[in-house]
Amino acid sequence: MRALISLLLLMLAAPVHAQTALPPAPFADRQLDDAALERKAKALMETIRCLTCQSQSIADSNASMAGDMRSEIRERIRAGEEPEHIRRWLIERYGDWVSYEPTAAPILWPLWAAPIVLLALGLLLMRGRIKRRPRA
Amino acid sequence: MIAEAGLAALWFAAVLALLQLFLVGMGLAGGKGEVLGAVRPVAILQGVLTAGAFVALISLFLRSDMSVLLVATNSHSAKPWLYKFAGTWGNHEGSMLLWVTVMGVAGAAVALFERALKRDAHMATLGAQAAISLGFYAFLLFSSNPFARISPAPADGQGLNPLLQDPGLAFHPPTLYLGYVGLSVAFSFAVGSLLTRQVDAAFARAMRPWVLAAWIMLTLGITAGSYWAYYELGWGGWWFWDPVENASLMPWLAATALLHSVTVLATRDALRAWTVMLAVVAFSMSMVGTFLVRSGILTSVHAFAVDPERGSFILALLALYIGGALALFGWRIGTVREGAPFELVSRETFLVVNNLLLSVILGLVLIGTLYPLMTEAFGHKVSVGAPYFDRIAGPIALILLIVMAAGPLTRWRRDQARAVAGRMLIPAGVALAAVVLVGALAWGRIGLLPYCGLVVALAVGVGSLAPLWKRNLRRTPLFTYGMVIAHLGCAVSLAGMACDSAFTIEKLVAARPGDTIETAGWTLRFQRILPLAGDNWTALQADVIAERNGRAVVIHPQSRFFASPPTTTTEAALLTRWNGQLYVVLGQEADAGRWQMRIWWKPFVTLIWLGGIMIALGGLLALIGRERRGWLMKWRARRAMA
Repeated sequence: MRALISLLLLMLAAPVHAQTALPPAPFADRQLDDAALERKAKALMETIRCLTCQSQSIADSNASMAGDMRSEIRERIRAGEEPEHIRRWLIERYGDWVSYEPTAAPILWPLWAAPIVLLALGLLLMRGRIKRRPRA
Repeated sequence: MIAEAGLAALWFAAVLALLQLFLVGMGLAGGKGEVLGAVRPVAILQGVLTAGAFVALISLFLRSDMSVLLVATNSHSAKPWLYKFAGTWGNHEGSMLLWVTVMGVAGAAVALFERALKRDAHMATLGAQAAISLGFYAFLLFSSNPFARISPAPADGQGLNPLLQDPGLAFHPPTLYLGYVGLSVAFSFAVGSLLTRQVDAAFARAMRPWVLAAWIMLTLGITAGSYWAYYELGWGGWWFWDPVENASLMPWLAATALLHSVTVLATRDALRAWTVMLAVVAFSMSMVGTFLVRSGILTSVHAFAVDPERGSFILALLALYIGGALALFGWRIGTVREGAPFELVSRETFLVVNNLLLSVILGLVLIGTLYPLMTEAFGHKVSVGAPYFDRIAGPIALILLIVMAAGPLTRWRRDQARAVAGRMLIPAGVALAAVVLVGALAWGRIGLLPYCGLVVALAVGVGSLAPLWKRNLRRTPLFTYGMVIAHLGCAVSLAGMACDSAFTIEKLVAARPGDTIETAGWTLRFQRILPLAGDNWTALQADVIAERNGRAVVIHPQSRFFASPPTTTTEAALLTRWNGQLYVVLGQEADAGRWQMRIWWKPFVTLIWLGGIMIALGGLLALIGRERRGWLMKWRARRAMA
């Protein structure tokens, strides 16, 4: 019974709690002490999309959610997790949309063919031009 | 009254555009040549009317006339006058009116000043310009009326997006629009020349000043936009590959290619079909950009209008004009001969490669920008951003810059490969030295792309000066200086980009007033935090003493709060030194008495925008040089005749 009441109280309390301005997550704007780990975390953050802003990575966003994600990434990197593992975890949670990394989702693979196709097309056009050149 | 007068002027202008199109059609296709005399005054009057409508809207904003819906939703009486003024185009309707105004005034200028073209080509150009304008008048009048009234009038307005309340933003959109619309003139020239079968060097010379002017404006607009994003968004990034940024980059890429191919056409009478094609593509990219931004299909800071009706209207215009122009191109291009021949080793070939690479980058940016829209249509949301564009457009851009340095060292029509290689000896030597030097200094500390960027920037910087080598500097024509400065600007800008991504030092702290922070050779003493009030905002401002090499300066990073609409922005404190910029941002209060601060030392970052300004300046010198030469020649011819 007591457990039920406290559960009810908790459910009531949660929205109230969410309304108060939470302090930012511990590592939202705090670098890791180990410079190499911080670089690793930063590189990952630059390829993760801020979900509440427009076309920004979480590495350069003021949104509180981006701050929470930065903190999460820094803590996981500090705990020794690999960046790609964290990315997979984020993609599982938020979908492919969260990652800017074009190697991550198979649906993005055709993008890698684009430069080759375009260059080949252009060269073909150009070759035709120079071949047709009549001698003046 | 003012609003009604503005609307009436707009309607009259639209009717005149219809009349202009009709007159040209009658004169050229109907065989009634005598009506063509009326086209020029009609075009000029149309320009005057659109300018009048725009001035009317500006005055409504300056007076804060809240009975006008647009003013009520986008302005506020407490705003400083500069932002009331700039607020005129800081919204969908106003910016489209600006677009139409620039187009009308440009049409009047073509009617007034164009003398190089034959009469029928000139008239066909004005007809094409009228046809494009008509579509945008219809868009404005039927779905985006800027002069609509609201009744009852609200007591006060809702305000302008505070992010846009910045002097840089006041002038960024008009600059870009001048560029976009300048390309519409190039498009009209292309259509006019196709219709009258006059794709030749004279056409290229008539079009070139417009392409140059549009390109200068686009360059300045992009440079200003990038700097704005850099200092206003507060994270030290200067390019985000945001779809809206891409929308301005794509016309610039096309215009850059066009600028070079039009020079080939004007100088050597080669690349005729290709130049016409590029003129069509360049304006198409302006319209695609406008569509992406204005339709709200990409939600972003810039997409003020989230309205499918408007989106489909612009899309229809887009299909009509691009489709029409391409159909005309396909129909008439068989009659256009490709023009003067050239050999493999020649300046023409380098310019063709330049065009090829620019087009490939343009294609990549377009595909990358539209790809998420396509996958989303199939129910799969993905993101394409910096990691893709950097990796894929970056290397191509580096190759492009090398080509850029080599091109001017090669002769028109034919050259000896060995002679070209000889002229490239010094830049190649610099490149080699740079490979070793940069490698010794920074290998392992910086990524491959910044490393290559630094090497290319150094070599191309020297190489771009090579065309002045062994020349009489006083006899060198102004447009050659223009080219050299613009090319040097590309190298300078690249150096800035590479240095920023290679050597930036970041420090994030939570500091209490009284704390001292050391980073990158700077000592920052956080003195205190003070509240502050501005015209329509309140702020918290930190006093920080920044000290390096014994010299101290006080800087004031700010966190600003705007009441209408409620928004917080950060005002970064920037300290510019010859070798870089110190960038300090005041964040939130972390816990009792401690404030978050983001501090960056960015070596040589300012070179990015300095390079942009140099590129635009080079364009300006080329424009003045070319036009002055034209005037001088005309003046001499007149003297000789007299």
